[in-house]
Amino acid sequence: MTASSIAIFFAAIFTNNILLSNYLGMCSFLSVSREIKTSVGLGVAVIFVMASTSALNWLVYNYILLPFGLEYLRFIVFIIVIAAFVQLVEMVIERVSEVLYAALGIFLPLITVNCAILGVSLFMVIREYSLLESFTFGLGSGIGWFLAIMAMAGIRQKLKRARIPHGLEGAGITLIITGMMALAFMGFSGMLPIG
Amino acid sequence: MAAPGKLKKTFRDPLGKNNPVFAQILGICSTLAVTNKLENTVIMSLGVLFTTSLSGLTISLIRKWIPARVRMMVETLIIASFVIIVDITLRAYMPEVWQQLGPYVGLIITNCIIMGRAEAFALNNPPGLSLVDGIASGIGYSYVLIVIAFFRELLGTGEVWGFTVLGSWWTNWSIMIMPPGAFFMLAIFIWFVKGMIIKEEEAAK
Repeated sequence: MTASSIAIFFAAIFTNNILLSNYLGMCSFLSVSREIKTSVGLGVAVIFVMASTSALNWLVYNYILLPFGLEYLRFIVFIIVIAAFVQLVEMVIERVSEVLYAALGIFLPLITVNCAILGVSLFMVIREYSLLESFTFGLGSGIGWFLAIMAMAGIRQKLKRARIPHGLEGAGITLIITGMMALAFMGFSGMLPIG
Repeated sequence: MAAPGKLKKTFRDPLGKNNPVFAQILGICSTLAVTNKLENTVIMSLGVLFTTSLSGLTISLIRKWIPARVRMMVETLIIASFVIIVDITLRAYMPEVWQQLGPYVGLIITNCIIMGRAEAFALNNPPGLSLVDGIASGIGYSYVLIVIAFFRELLGTGEVWGFTVLGSWWTNWSIMIMPPGAFFMLAIFIWFVKGMIIKEEEAAK
């Protein structure tokens, strides 16, 4: 039970990276990865929200939706839980710490529409994880996403001085680099199977 | 009803210059995820087309009653309702495809194209025009996906729609049906299209 949670945690970071092998969270990945500082802010916010909402959604799904036979409503319910949670966290942070709010505040609304967050909750349902497994899966996926966006932000800083073919500037070159990162991460596959 | 000129422009823009995928780089999560098989891609595209057009229409119809503060939530709920329709229909009639697409059907909700069109267009335009805009955005999205899926399936497995096209002499580029292939293929597609646009602009000068 705990062993499988640990395996899921590492698998979610490396072998089944949410961004590099499931393509989730690409929109904000492409637009935010221009600078390291903003990437860190968004990355931390994603880790936190992902870990919490996957556990929350597990509770909602297993204790409210399943007993009443309302599984088909899960899309709407998950989205509402995520939006409400993000809103709540934003208000709490604003009250508690101004420094933290200045650092993370602007990223929180962005997160509601980050497909990776909803994706984690949907994967958790499909793979029939337990509560602990869901939480570690969310946490691992968040860390994996953080790793990917950090690496990309670092590379893009160097890229500013590189000469790139005209048509590839911006999104094109970012996608190619992401592809190479995905290639590198494929080296981990087989280490920890997940499914 | 809107002037025919505007209608035409609304329809044509998302297909070319303002394409949601390669010009605005929206909704690429699913572009990458479902394009390793042509059949899945076509079905996914139909789902997105259905959702963009009808959610555009619905949001436009009730746009005067949506309070500005909660409009994102209202839009999301409308979109989610249509996605649920797609999801249960697929599950009932094509269980195999439904299983392969997995969570990506549900992720149509967070597909930025639909949300983006709702925010940018349906909130300020009459229903007829919004419906056309939704359909055009859906088609603009679909044809990019189908082109990418065609090449990925062809190069990756030597097949198109499950039929063997390239003979036994063909060595499968299995990288094409794996994640990195998706990234490379989309990048090449963007490169190609952007190159053409740049050339056109230079010719116009």
